[in-house]
Amino acid sequence: MPPGDDPTSRPAYAERLAWLESLDAETPPEQRGHRLLNRGWAGLWPMVLAIAIVLAVWEVIAASGWKKLIFPAPGPTLANLWDQLGTGELWHAIGVTGLRALIGFALAVVIGSVIGALVSRIPPLRAGIGSLITGLQTLPSIAWFPFAIILFGITTTTILFVIILGAAPSIANGLIAGVDYTPPLLLRAGKMMGLRRLSLYRYLILPASLPAFVAGLRQGWAFAWRSLMAGELLVTIAGQPSLGVLLSTDQAQADMESATAIIIVILILGIIVHTLFGMADKAIRRRWGLTGNI
Amino acid sequence: MAMVRQANSVTVVGQRPAVGTGSVRLAGVSKVFGRGASAVKALDQISLEVPPGEFTCLIGASGCGKSTLLSLVAGLEQPTVGEVSASGRVALMFQEPALFPWLTAAGNIELALRARGVGRAERRQRTAELLETVNLSGFGGKRPHELSGGMRQRVALARALAQDADVLLMDEPFGALDAMTRDLLHDELDRVCAGRQLTILFVTHNVQEAVRLGDRVVVLSSRPGRVVEEFAVRIERPRRIDSAPVAELAAQITDRLREEMSHAAR
Repeated sequence: MPPGDDPTSRPAYAERLAWLESLDAETPPEQRGHRLLNRGWAGLWPMVLAIAIVLAVWEVIAASGWKKLIFPAPGPTLANLWDQLGTGELWHAIGVTGLRALIGFALAVVIGSVIGALVSRIPPLRAGIGSLITGLQTLPSIAWFPFAIILFGITTTTILFVIILGAAPSIANGLIAGVDYTPPLLLRAGKMMGLRRLSLYRYLILPASLPAFVAGLRQGWAFAWRSLMAGELLVTIAGQPSLGVLLSTDQAQADMESATAIIIVILILGIIVHTLFGMADKAIRRRWGLTGNI
Repeated sequence: MAMVRQANSVTVVGQRPAVGTGSVRLAGVSKVFGRGASAVKALDQISLEVPPGEFTCLIGASGCGKSTLLSLVAGLEQPTVGEVSASGRVALMFQEPALFPWLTAAGNIELALRARGVGRAERRQRTAELLETVNLSGFGGKRPHELSGGMRQRVALARALAQDADVLLMDEPFGALDAMTRDLLHDELDRVCAGRQLTILFVTHNVQEAVRLGDRVVVLSSRPGRVVEEFAVRIERPRRIDSAPVAELAAQITDRLREEMSHAAR
């Protein structure tokens, strides 16, 4: 074979390589930008439509005269919301409630992660505590309030306690599931590389369980938020005007418009946080190549 | 496809240096999975020696315990009977690239270096070199899913090389690739081997591939796996998978495999 004909020589090789790789050409970047823009509008219009439908149905019910004088109409309710947004009280309440949510959820993340990590690593714990965690997850955390109120009194601690009991099991379970479903092939590859014990955990198992962990966080957040709202209605602490306190006051004063306005605020806050988790989830999926489109 | 011919590009792939540091030895190895009535004998009395620097291909029908054999050599599983020993550092490459999806191509290679305790500055430099070795210099920042199948397998090869192995075990590493890409990776592997003193145990069910790559082809029987015959490949390198001598020997080996399969069927 003449030397120039050798397919393994570098230039000829690079040529074939370039040709093969040109077959896998990516989407041009400008086209990708377009797609993003389209997706923005595509995601927005169903939401606008949904809000319009809700408002329309609401208006029809109000106009029908059902529970007249009590049932709030959309117009006055939104006006009430607008007014409250102009005062400091609502913002203060959002601050108090938000801070509790943040502290409670953060503690739940720490505690849930530690328990999840221990349980997933230690087989005897696994058998006993694993099923207990699942049990706790299905127990409505509001059931803990009498217990917590007797234990801690009418304090913020009581509310945080219930938030943690509501959220931590989901977070622990998310981590355990993630560890369990680390692909065996990757484990083999990691072991061949020489990853052992702690390094195996740090460089392979923990990153591999990230998607399941984020799913656990998302679910944990939903439980935390519910527990918090229940707690604020049951445990009203003097001098701390939370969203729950505002709702209680509205109930006492039979102020339907204000009560509905507060519910809208709570709904929007929940949606915002949920969206943030959704974005984190999407970002991970994109990085890992788990989505259909780039 | 247009191929540029360059008279000055004299090949560097000659006879592979015979001296290597790693070797593999299996003595009377059997492997049984399960117990009692449901026990399955995957390997039966296998004795095999791969001397330092040799490229040995294992070939056999599916179910002949090829992958089990590699797992034993890799130390991922223990033999039921017999002795397995591998001198030197062992790396294993799978049919799937088995890259970590949360790391970039460079990150995957770097992790293998980090696991060996290589320092940060050296890691960076060696990663760049390894990417260059597998012709992926511009792709270090890409994540596995952004690469084609062939590119991913090349990253996996670079990662195996990063383990600084003396013995490289390859479990049908090109089995999932199209013929074009596979052909390319054969050349790539030839080139990579030429500069190193690697002892390779390569499992495949593709006879042409075995003859194209190996210094020796070992034929295994099916269920349980036994060594049936060995063929020395005395074809000058560089080889082409479609050249006459390769095809001729491949036909000979295929005949032997058929004979073995008809035995098994009876």
